[in-house]
Amino acid sequence: MEERLKVIQDRIREKAKELLSNKTVDLIIGFGEGSLPLRTTIRFIRNPGKVDRLIWNSFCENNLSTYLHKLSQSKVGLVVKGCDARSIIALSLEKRFKPNQLFLIGVPCQRMVDRRKVSKAVQGEILQAVEEGDQLIVEGEGFKKVLNRNDFLYPSCQVCVHRTPIQANVLVGDPVEESPLIKTHPEIIEFEKKSPEERWRFFEKETSRCIRCYACREVCPMCYCAECFVDSSNPKWTEKGLSPSDLEFYHIVRAYHQTGRCSGCGACERACPMDIPLTYLTQKLNQDVKELFNFETGIDAEAPPPLSTYETEDKQEFIK
Amino acid sequence: MKLKLDKKDLKPFLQSLMDEYNLFAPAQLAEGVYVFRKIDHPDEVDLSCSNTQKPAKEVFFPQSETMFRYEKAGKQHQVTSAEEVERKRVILGARPCDIQAVSLLDEVFLGKEYTDSYYINKRNATTIIGMACGQPLSTCFCSSTGGSPFLRKGSDLFFIDLGESFLVELLTEKGKSFQKNKFFKEAKPEEISLAKAIEEKAVQKTDASVPIEGIEKRLDLMGESLFWDRVHEICMGCRVCTYLCPTCHCFDIVDEGEHQQGQRVRNWDSCLSPLYSLETSGHNPRPSCRERTRQRLMHKFSYFPTNFNKVACVGCGRCILYCPVHFDIRKAILWTSSKRPKEFDGGMI
Repeated sequence: MEERLKVIQDRIREKAKELLSNKTVDLIIGFGEGSLPLRTTIRFIRNPGKVDRLIWNSFCENNLSTYLHKLSQSKVGLVVKGCDARSIIALSLEKRFKPNQLFLIGVPCQRMVDRRKVSKAVQGEILQAVEEGDQLIVEGEGFKKVLNRNDFLYPSCQVCVHRTPIQANVLVGDPVEESPLIKTHPEIIEFEKKSPEERWRFFEKETSRCIRCYACREVCPMCYCAECFVDSSNPKWTEKGLSPSDLEFYHIVRAYHQTGRCSGCGACERACPMDIPLTYLTQKLNQDVKELFNFETGIDAEAPPPLSTYETEDKQEFIK
Repeated sequence: MKLKLDKKDLKPFLQSLMDEYNLFAPAQLAEGVYVFRKIDHPDEVDLSCSNTQKPAKEVFFPQSETMFRYEKAGKQHQVTSAEEVERKRVILGARPCDIQAVSLLDEVFLGKEYTDSYYINKRNATTIIGMACGQPLSTCFCSSTGGSPFLRKGSDLFFIDLGESFLVELLTEKGKSFQKNKFFKEAKPEEISLAKAIEEKAVQKTDASVPIEGIEKRLDLMGESLFWDRVHEICMGCRVCTYLCPTCHCFDIVDEGEHQQGQRVRNWDSCLSPLYSLETSGHNPRPSCRERTRQRLMHKFSYFPTNFNKVACVGCGRCILYCPVHFDIRKAILWTSSKRPKEFDGGMI
């Protein structure tokens, strides 16, 4: 295992053990070994003797802040990357948890590897995967391939400029350099080259395979409405079937509801079983919010999202 | 006599099927994303995937299905049923796990008490061409759930991929009607032995160690076990595992439209959604993810066996592959067989 990641993993375990032993928290939520290569699962650890179940590698792709919505009664220690910590700040602005309910174990993130992209780079099932520096060595029946991990990063991770968690209670690694690998999300570049008609056709085609499992909604820390508009029957905003207009409606509203709230963690896209690109929409909204309001989600714990506040100097006429 | 279909004849064979039947087969919707769907051109069929994301149950029990349409004509409402199946159907390329799952759906929809005409009409009109699973994945555990990667039961015809050709077995009356199909040739002895070798290797590769045996009895003792307090914790409450499950069969019926005209539709539903068990009064008997996860596992491994004497899991592994938080149902099953299920601490999930 790569040395830097191993050091982080050891420090996560040490910190978790300390926090559980001195009862600073009731439980630690972190990442654990998955049953498949290229995957991790989530661990809820309560026993300080079991912190060795926590791991750290380039497949810790989930945003664990989503769990806070169902843990209002517990003091929680949470392992967070830069994007996850930004979600926490956004959630704190929306008063989603009590002060002092959380202890954030912040990991300066090495950017996460897109497991599907890796799987597509080989023929056959990957049965083993090892990280060594920038190399990702994958093996299966009759093949062994050495890949450069940087060729397989999630788009949301390639553009990330907040890899070091902000406002973490502790950092378990040295802060990392905050420069993006690429300036703009590759799918946004492609999307912006298209005419409005082509954009619509692209969106229409991609959303057409949605199965309404709502994985994108459920894994998103910012999607916590007691009743989502698609589930409401009175008033009924949308039908429950698979007609294109209903699928498109859901995806547009889901994305728009994130304006100024999305940390760009990419959890929605990673969760989709049908491989529907989703972050090109939310990242584009993030870009727009940055350009129009000079605002980035989850950077300033005092600054509410631009769409939930107003100023008398706002340029829109309707506000006056 | 064993038959074969050369791969160079596959497209004309598919075309000949389409002349007589509505053909349903795996098609690629995006790179690496496959579903069973009605085929309009043989080029759409893609048999290269190990298994589709959405299971073959969709052919018999679509995710969204119109039951009838209504329209107001004068003072009366005109109702047009959508029960009938207009054309014979053939499904090609379904894996043994998905076909075994159809036999479980049969228990529900063709049951002693109720028969579901929407399902039964499609079922009766369909010929099933099963596809042997020559390269099971590490997540496949059909051998643990009473199946096998080469299980023929449920198929009318059975194809085994030999590389250049498919070995063809005709298993039922429906299958035998293909005896004289002009694209089928006599298989050579070496092709038959190759098929055997592939079968042996695949069977050996499939995980038979998941302790399904006796799970119903074990769960009976675990209604209020601490297991349920822990096993659900990582679940984020989406519907991936239930919608991609070939055996899950819950649905919701809704009316779409207005007083003047509209349609009644049934859509897949999922016990993992809070809405599923929400009552009109506002009370929800399954208020949290704990109760909903328990329902999912109990239905598969306790209630279904009580009703039909078999578990409602065919070991296809989709829920393991596609779960956003990588919940592994095999580990949940394993834990129920632990000596101390009451002291479950979440460590294994």
